[in-house]
Amino acid sequence: MSTAAQPETVPALRLAHISKIFGGVKALNDVSFELGRGEVHCLAGENGCGKSTLIKIITGVYTPEPGAEMDYFGQRLTSVTPNQARALGIAVIWQDLALFSEMTVAENIAFDTLAGGRPRLVNYQKIHTMARAALARLGVTLDLDARLNTLPISQRQIVAIARALVSEARIIFMDEPTASLTQAETDRLLDVVRTLSAAGVAVVFVSHRLAEVLEIASRVTVLRDGKLVGVYDTEGMTQSRLTELMTGKTFDKVVSAQDRSADPPVLEVSHLSRAGDYHDINLVIRAGEVVGLTGLIGAGRTELGHTLFGMTRPDSGTIKLNGQPLALRSNRDAIAAGIGYVSEDRLALGLIQPQSIADNMVMAVLARISGSDGLISTRMKTDTVNHGISSLAIKLGQPADAVSTLSGGNQQRVVLAKWLATQPRLLILDSPTVGVDVGARDGIYKIVRRLAGQGLAILMISDEVSEVYFNTDRILRMAGGRIVAEIDPRRISLEQLEEAVYA
Amino acid sequence: MRNFIRAYPTEARLIAVIAVIMLFLSFAAPSFLTLANLTALLNNNAVNVIWAVGLLVVLIAGGIDISFAVAASVVQYIAAHIFMSIGGGNWLIGFLVAGGLGILVGFLNASLIHFFRIITIVVTIANYNALFGLLMFVTSGRSIYDLPDWWTTPVPLIERQSADGTWYGLYLPVAIMALAILATWFLINRTTTGRQLYAFGDNPEGARRAGINIGRMQFIAFGWTGLMAGIGGLMQVNIVREVVPNALMGRELDVLAAAVLGGARLGGGRGSVLGCFLGVMLVAITQNGLNLMGVSPFAFKMVVGLIILAAISTSNFKWGGASRKAPTEAK
Repeated sequence: MSTAAQPETVPALRLAHISKIFGGVKALNDVSFELGRGEVHCLAGENGCGKSTLIKIITGVYTPEPGAEMDYFGQRLTSVTPNQARALGIAVIWQDLALFSEMTVAENIAFDTLAGGRPRLVNYQKIHTMARAALARLGVTLDLDARLNTLPISQRQIVAIARALVSEARIIFMDEPTASLTQAETDRLLDVVRTLSAAGVAVVFVSHRLAEVLEIASRVTVLRDGKLVGVYDTEGMTQSRLTELMTGKTFDKVVSAQDRSADPPVLEVSHLSRAGDYHDINLVIRAGEVVGLTGLIGAGRTELGHTLFGMTRPDSGTIKLNGQPLALRSNRDAIAAGIGYVSEDRLALGLIQPQSIADNMVMAVLARISGSDGLISTRMKTDTVNHGISSLAIKLGQPADAVSTLSGGNQQRVVLAKWLATQPRLLILDSPTVGVDVGARDGIYKIVRRLAGQGLAILMISDEVSEVYFNTDRILRMAGGRIVAEIDPRRISLEQLEEAVYA
Repeated sequence: MRNFIRAYPTEARLIAVIAVIMLFLSFAAPSFLTLANLTALLNNNAVNVIWAVGLLVVLIAGGIDISFAVAASVVQYIAAHIFMSIGGGNWLIGFLVAGGLGILVGFLNASLIHFFRIITIVVTIANYNALFGLLMFVTSGRSIYDLPDWWTTPVPLIERQSADGTWYGLYLPVAIMALAILATWFLINRTTTGRQLYAFGDNPEGARRAGINIGRMQFIAFGWTGLMAGIGGLMQVNIVREVVPNALMGRELDVLAAAVLGGARLGGGRGSVLGCFLGVMLVAITQNGLNLMGVSPFAFKMVVGLIILAAISTSNFKWGGASRKAPTEAK
């Protein structure tokens, strides 16, 4: 399709009157969407707002209800199949990337030349040339012959983008591209997005991280409950305003820190070291206190969390819980001692996705809900599950439903319920709101505060500085495996803290 | 050299292990490192290699096939009857019939897997039982010795007489083995179809989204395994000169173990023809060495089992750093 004759003002994509009904429910209701050439545009909204339905309509996975108008570079599209959309130059980079981990970087990038029904000979030279050219457009160099599974996730993301470029994409949708990236990697990805934009490729960014949305996009389209809330310039937009637009609610973000230095210590760590991970860590967490542990990924935060949970052993130093020295040989010891650990990777490590909500909740307390005969007591299990559901206000259909049917926020509540059932005295939360909607995050923070109010000591590990800033009593900043600063959120502004962490 | 070790760590390790065993045996058993013994090793294991490279394609595509050895027996039986009914036949007809029948059995597996959405291990275990039961029922367990001459006459590629008067050489199955290796290598490395098989085994959902025809993948993978099963069956008769209905029982597990030993991953996306060849040969050389050293045949299976265990368990073990690795790095 030739677009050379068209004026530059014709948008890359213009949609109007897009509706989609699933079994009587309007997933999308008369939504419009416009994307300029080379524009970086953000699609914002909570889970279930219709973002992914809209992307699936644009990419031909779903057919919209009659009356929909779709113009691609000024040309009316009547109906689109996934293959047509790809041929037109509309590419999606899904969150799971859909790459092939055992194949090389070059093969992944030039995979479209390997697909297709008619068998052909593989031209590895051509594949290398194409892959090198695509990476050059992104200003990145990678080892083309490296197997994909030897690359960190951030570089796989680059491979996925390069793959979209090979297929001559003119519009690229990125679904939560930064969800598993560190700040430095995110910055590099945003640079790549700017490079794409400068080259005339329009990028639609879907992300829960509002800070980077505002940084990278020029406009943001907000959806709520399948309806268009509006299209806004990011110039002058704030995170809290955007949150309000997405959720339709207002959240007052205030520093909630309190002085807990009079309370008895629950966790006391002194001179804890582990070669290659962290060095000479000293910290105290008191009953009812929420301590934030922040720093870049690689600073040793998660590694320290693993040791406190008994999954790795320190080389030297001591850990005391309620004044008693702990020698944890495994995380079973840690659980028995009263330590809970909410993993940063809820999908893979925090929950057994195909199992039921109820089974996930009692996972860590199977011995406690078993009778003297060693069999699980149905009554005790039901009690534990009901208590978890009601105390954490988990929204679910049936406790017997698979946990994968829940939203991110409710899944995280199930993880919390699982650990609360162990009656811990120390709860370690590693990135507790990864993949959780902005609206649902607030609920998680409230739960954390309430648990602290009940006397629990909480260590909140996060690389989202604003998360620890607003929701902890004290912040420890790690860098290079050491705790380099202890910060009182009441005595510093968010901007100052962010600068200190990311500098 | 360093690139080879980096790209093919399993294969490189197998070569090293085989070299060490061969070195040891060359001292421990004087008759090991003789042309007569080494050619016999190749002749006797050609069929296993043919099956292994056939199975490899299904393994790469993320499946597993338990039924191919029984399928080979069925092919032998039907082929024997076809040859007799057409008055003998010849090698060309033999390859066409055996390969064609093998492909048909493979397609039967593929259709059940694709159209009824049953996982591969269940389908092939069911077919293993159904085909074997059918074969025993129809034949009443009787072997066939009355076979066409072309089929049972050894076809030498090269033959030499050694000083003590015994003949040794390489025979047709070795050539067919070489062809099977080359053809499979070409399929999986040089054709887009082969790369799609890797991609499909690696990430089925990703492959589907990239527009790859999933059904086609299953039919090609199981068709290829079936083809190699049939041709392997044909070669087996050329070596043993008889068709015995239960002779190939159990061979599927030996071949599967050899393929996995050679680096093929249960779960798909990884594996090489070189690895298959080395995997079969490692087991064969060990058995041969034990035999030459006069070890009781009853101990063979045990030693072979231990070797497989040792090889597989050391392949995942990171020397030195294993216990210090944090658990989340696996993701």
